Amino acid sequence: MSLYSVLATAAVALSSLAVATAPRSVLAFLAFQGALLFVYLARIPTWLRVGLLGVALLLLMPLIGAFNGYYLEVATQVGIFAALALGLNIVVGLAGLLDLGYVAFFAVGAYSWAIFGSPHANVIFGGGFPLAGAWFYAFLFVGLFVAAITGILLGLPVLRLHGDYLAIVTLGFGEVIRVLANNLDKPINLTNGPKGITPISRPPAPLGLPYGEYFYFLVLLIVVVVVLVNRRLEDSHIGRAWEAIREDELAARAMGVPLVRMKLLAFACGASFAGIMGVLFSAKQVFINPESFTFLESIGVLAMVILGGMGSIPGAVLGATVVTVLNLQVLKGLSLWLNELKNAGVTVLGYSLADLPTQFEPAKYERMIFGVILVLMMIFRPQGILPARRRQRELAHLER
Amino acid sequence: MAALFDARGVTKRFGGLTALQAVDFALESGIASIIGPNGAGKTTLFNIFTGLYPADEGSVTFRGRALFGLRPDQITALGICRTFQNIRLFANMTVIENVLVGMNSRIALGLWDVLSHGPRFARTEADLSTRAVALLDRVGLQANANDVARNLPYGDQRRLELARALASEPALLLLDEPTAGMTRTEAGALMRLLRELVVDLGLAIILIEHNMRVVMEVSDRVTVLDHGEKIAEGPPREVQSDARVIEAYLGTRGSAPQRARRA
Repeated sequence: MSLYSVLATAAVALSSLAVATAPRSVLAFLAFQGALLFVYLARIPTWLRVGLLGVALLLLMPLIGAFNGYYLEVATQVGIFAALALGLNIVVGLAGLLDLGYVAFFAVGAYSWAIFGSPHANVIFGGGFPLAGAWFYAFLFVGLFVAAITGILLGLPVLRLHGDYLAIVTLGFGEVIRVLANNLDKPINLTNGPKGITPISRPPAPLGLPYGEYFYFLVLLIVVVVVLVNRRLEDSHIGRAWEAIREDELAARAMGVPLVRMKLLAFACGASFAGIMGVLFSAKQVFINPESFTFLESIGVLAMVILGGMGSIPGAVLGATVVTVLNLQVLKGLSLWLNELKNAGVTVLGYSLADLPTQFEPAKYERMIFGVILVLMMIFRPQGILPARRRQRELAHLER
Repeated sequence: MAALFDARGVTKRFGGLTALQAVDFALESGIASIIGPNGAGKTTLFNIFTGLYPADEGSVTFRGRALFGLRPDQITALGICRTFQNIRLFANMTVIENVLVGMNSRIALGLWDVLSHGPRFARTEADLSTRAVALLDRVGLQANANDVARNLPYGDQRRLELARALASEPALLLLDEPTAGMTRTEAGALMRLLRELVVDLGLAIILIEHNMRVVMEVSDRVTVLDHGEKIAEGPPREVQSDARVIEAYLGTRGSAPQRARRA
């Protein structure tokens, strides 16, 4: 066994042990995530990589969730955003169509189950709702199709637009969907407006799993499928056509790429992943309202794609992890820590932190630090953390 | 029998400027060159032939089929493909991927084939690889198959554009200044390659070219455009000695060229 294999195994074992012994320590959980990244990147045999990641995600993560349920929630959110980032990665990273309203498709998926999976549908149809929890599985596909169709509907009018213009139109589209969700409580109450929809049915969890674990596994399954679909699309004539459009639209047309069909397919594929996750999100949250689908969410997903590396599948997953963990844990932990220092009256250079005016409340720094991180990343690593690598095509009869 | 390619009365205006005025152009086989001073409308003609610009008047037929109103990818699928004057490769894709994109109109796989990764998909991809390597072999780029296109030297990029255009299995190839920036040796090799393509594959080629030696050596027929009008057409030697052609290129002695223009 090579040194890296030993190191990778030890990293996973030790870090999960650390989480078990100190379940409230954010640092221990970060170490666990770092160990997974190391396993992914280290030069170890594929069977070991797959084995370690499989054990960590299928066994250790749920166990960690038993020690600290919040970590499982973080992992589930990472998974949801990973699927969103992978969907947006097709549109922005592969096809080069800058979409600033991506969360709209997430909203469409979420509302499609929220309406029919809650008593709210009785307001529209009279009675017979909510649908039984088992319908949730069918609605994963309904959400997928509805979002894909919405993607095509958005794609049709913007086919001729490029770059900045496309970005502005998609931004507007994202806002239109949110405003619709906010206002479609009259004349027919479709979305219940800003009050949102609740309670949304959940499917009966199999094997008596707690819902935390159940949604974690479901998200994991969907992410695995999404990654697989993404890879197959990327390694086919469809993926090549998308990249050709990104590289040079005019040349792509002249080389026989049907522009309209390929652009619409990119929008539809990207949207469908968001749709399916939207359905899951609404069931997981039990309650949704338009506030979950703001412009900031779209930008967040875009930041994940760019931070991870445009057009890169591992990049999108890592970007989703980094941004989600930063927002949910690292920055929160930092501001809590600073607050503790302040409350303890620690003095720095003879100045007591307790005297800080409220404008300098540590919690107010969170967004600023996030912004600074983004700026620094773009300056020093504009290609992203794990940039897309050119696929080396295996050509048996090609001796170099 | 209708000609392989037949353009009649092609007219194109950009605002008040007439870029092409009732140009006729027909080709049955072999290599036909289009020459003319800068701004004569040569590239505009290509853009109309390949469906990138709509023409204002006239008609173009290919194998008896009218091309106006078809999309560029449909025209490519019918068997017309081109290269560009200012190289337009997919710069961040590899050499072989560039060629594979060129094959796009010949791939009969659907979304489901791609997602299911069935035997049909595997067979098609393997077949595409083989054909792409063969094409790269033809233009001499087989050793660079997995290099990123952007990193190729200039002459190689031009040859890659040719391979990418050939990948769509065209019957008619439109080459826009394929030897620009090439050394004399490289240009000579490319011309031999074009001749081979005509002989081996029965390809018809329309060539826009500034290098007169190349034009005179390789063309079966030369068409001269000036200010959007066809001013001469015929075998290379005849065209070379045509008074109007000499005037268009060199101007009349002792006076600035003054040309009557129909706008």
